Amino acid sequence: MSPKKIDLEPVVLESGIEVKPVYGPDDVRASATDLPVGGPGEFPFTRGIHKLMYRARPWTMRQYSGFGTAEDTNQRFHYLIERGQTGLNVAFDLPSQIGLDSDDPMAAGEVGRVGMSVDTLADMETAFEGVDLNKITVSLTINGSATTMIAMYAAMAEKRGYDLQSLRGTAQNDILKEFVGRSTWIFPVEPSVKLVGDTIEYCAQHIPKYSPVSVCGYHIRESGANPVQEMAYAFLIAKAYTDHSLARGLDIDEFAGRLSFNFDIHGNLFEQVAKFRAGRRLWASIVKGYGAKNPKSMWLRMIAGGGGGGLTIEQPENNIARGAYYALISALSGTQTMALCSYDEAYTIPTEKAARISLRTMQILIHEMGLTDTVDPLGGSYFVETLTNEMEVKIRAVMDEVEQQGGIVKAISEGAIQAQVARQAYLYEKGVFDGTVKKVGVNVFREEEGDDDHDVSYHPFNEEDTARQLAKLAKVRAERDSAAVESCLAALKEAATRGDNVMPATIEAVKAMATVGEITGVLKSVYGAYQEPLAF
Amino acid sequence: MMTERTPRVLLAKPGLDGHDRGVKVVALALRDAGFEVIYTGLRQSPEAIVNIAAQEAVDVIGLSILSGSHLPICARMRDVIEEAGLEDKLWIVGGNIPHGDRPKLEKLGVNRVFPTGSPFDEIVSYLKEQLP
Repeated sequence: MSPKKIDLEPVVLESGIEVKPVYGPDDVRASATDLPVGGPGEFPFTRGIHKLMYRARPWTMRQYSGFGTAEDTNQRFHYLIERGQTGLNVAFDLPSQIGLDSDDPMAAGEVGRVGMSVDTLADMETAFEGVDLNKITVSLTINGSATTMIAMYAAMAEKRGYDLQSLRGTAQNDILKEFVGRSTWIFPVEPSVKLVGDTIEYCAQHIPKYSPVSVCGYHIRESGANPVQEMAYAFLIAKAYTDHSLARGLDIDEFAGRLSFNFDIHGNLFEQVAKFRAGRRLWASIVKGYGAKNPKSMWLRMIAGGGGGGLTIEQPENNIARGAYYALISALSGTQTMALCSYDEAYTIPTEKAARISLRTMQILIHEMGLTDTVDPLGGSYFVETLTNEMEVKIRAVMDEVEQQGGIVKAISEGAIQAQVARQAYLYEKGVFDGTVKKVGVNVFREEEGDDDHDVSYHPFNEEDTARQLAKLAKVRAERDSAAVESCLAALKEAATRGDNVMPATIEAVKAMATVGEITGVLKSVYGAYQEPLAF
Repeated sequence: MMTERTPRVLLAKPGLDGHDRGVKVVALALRDAGFEVIYTGLRQSPEAIVNIAAQEAVDVIGLSILSGSHLPICARMRDVIEEAGLEDKLWIVGGNIPHGDRPKLEKLGVNRVFPTGSPFDEIVSYLKEQLP
């Protein structure tokens, strides 16, 4: 009797890898690369950067939050910390992110809208009132105006008596990805990279435990890239900052250990887990290739979670389930820090309840599901190991292609990466509309009536917040020593013009209560403004 | 019925919002559907958008807003459109627009709101119907 032949539909992952119905040891052997799997905490760190991973310490829980004024945001921070959150991830409003003061005409209608408004050091101080900066590490989601915000954070911490030698924290400060997605750029590409270099150099020398850059594949994926491109472009960007820092005379081991990463989680579970396992060993080998001696320099330290692009406006409560799976993937992937988009985040700034559900989702994984009991629980799976090998090969291939065409800085400056990512986003949406890409509640299992919008309450935008922010800014301007501000800004201009590191002068300026807009204005007068390439 | 001339659509990002995945995707879809698309790029003021609309003699002004600032932006936009005498242009808005705000936008003169996730076909057939 001949076995019944079953015709199976091919399964192809977003990264272009075809999935077989069954995997075995031969698949693992056939797909092996030059890099071994190794043990956890051992080069090339496929299984995790630490020996004991979550068994020794669970991931940091760091929900993205911030809105209105620094007072409003401070309250939300305390709400989350009181409920067991172990880190903070600060959302700034758009004027603060692109270096405009709240009273700038361009900022009208945008103050405190998508994050907290910061004009001066006084706001930074208010935001962290009552937060123990030794216990709670703070991540500043700031890019275009990162030099100013890092300066304010350091000045605030110093004023409160913290020693900068031991101050921890992270700034996102990955400007190259802002040109691809997220878009809070200010200056042209070249001086933008130089400013990132200033923060790397300054932190290496003065705030050595601080992570000045978190390289983001996240937003590139959110803009349309597939998981392979997400990793490849992030590594190329991280290499660009590394090359720049080396060219300034820093030693690789002086700064590489403080570079961190931010990746996205949505889509196929196994593809994401393999992406991180492959990414970890690829990054380790890249940094080793730069001549690093310290294993810590080779660690792919990361925040992974979010998954905003996977959430849907339709049947928003389904996003709670999606968030739980994203957290699971993140835990199976060996991330250091987790943040989840809340179920209402496709619409609005999360309510307290929605933010709490995200936090509880992560806590359930730790306390009920056993996700912290053993290291890399999917390691050794024929499927996962094979997929890890295949992802490594694919990521390398995309990196090689961009490097052969002149490198990532050139590709971003010319808009080539942006065009590629936009084209891919278009193909994805077409797939959703024609049903080849399935989204539950969107193109399968739809409800006829009231599919979107029900049971979601919108974050109330408070006009009075703007008035309060403007009043605070006016008060600071009136009370500060304007001659001191002028001389600090002049010194900053001189440093920028000479090509010096702008951080020392920026720190002096923020201490004198110069505003974000004033500092950015000075830098713009030296560097000019970015013009978007619109070819896509 | 469509005229001989290829209909021209201006797509713009007003305000400071940097979410441009949607607007680029819609630009590609409209281009594939035979429209001529002009995309302004990010951080455009209502004045700049209306100037381009007038200079390029577009048939449609499309705004993409995902920051939640759609009401104040569209209120300013309406004033500038009126000053420029461009009320005859078809004005559409896309992005994260809550249900409750859609009638408010229509009251400001927006002809049609296409919330996030609107199928390309819906946008294309609406424009084809509305354009002379």
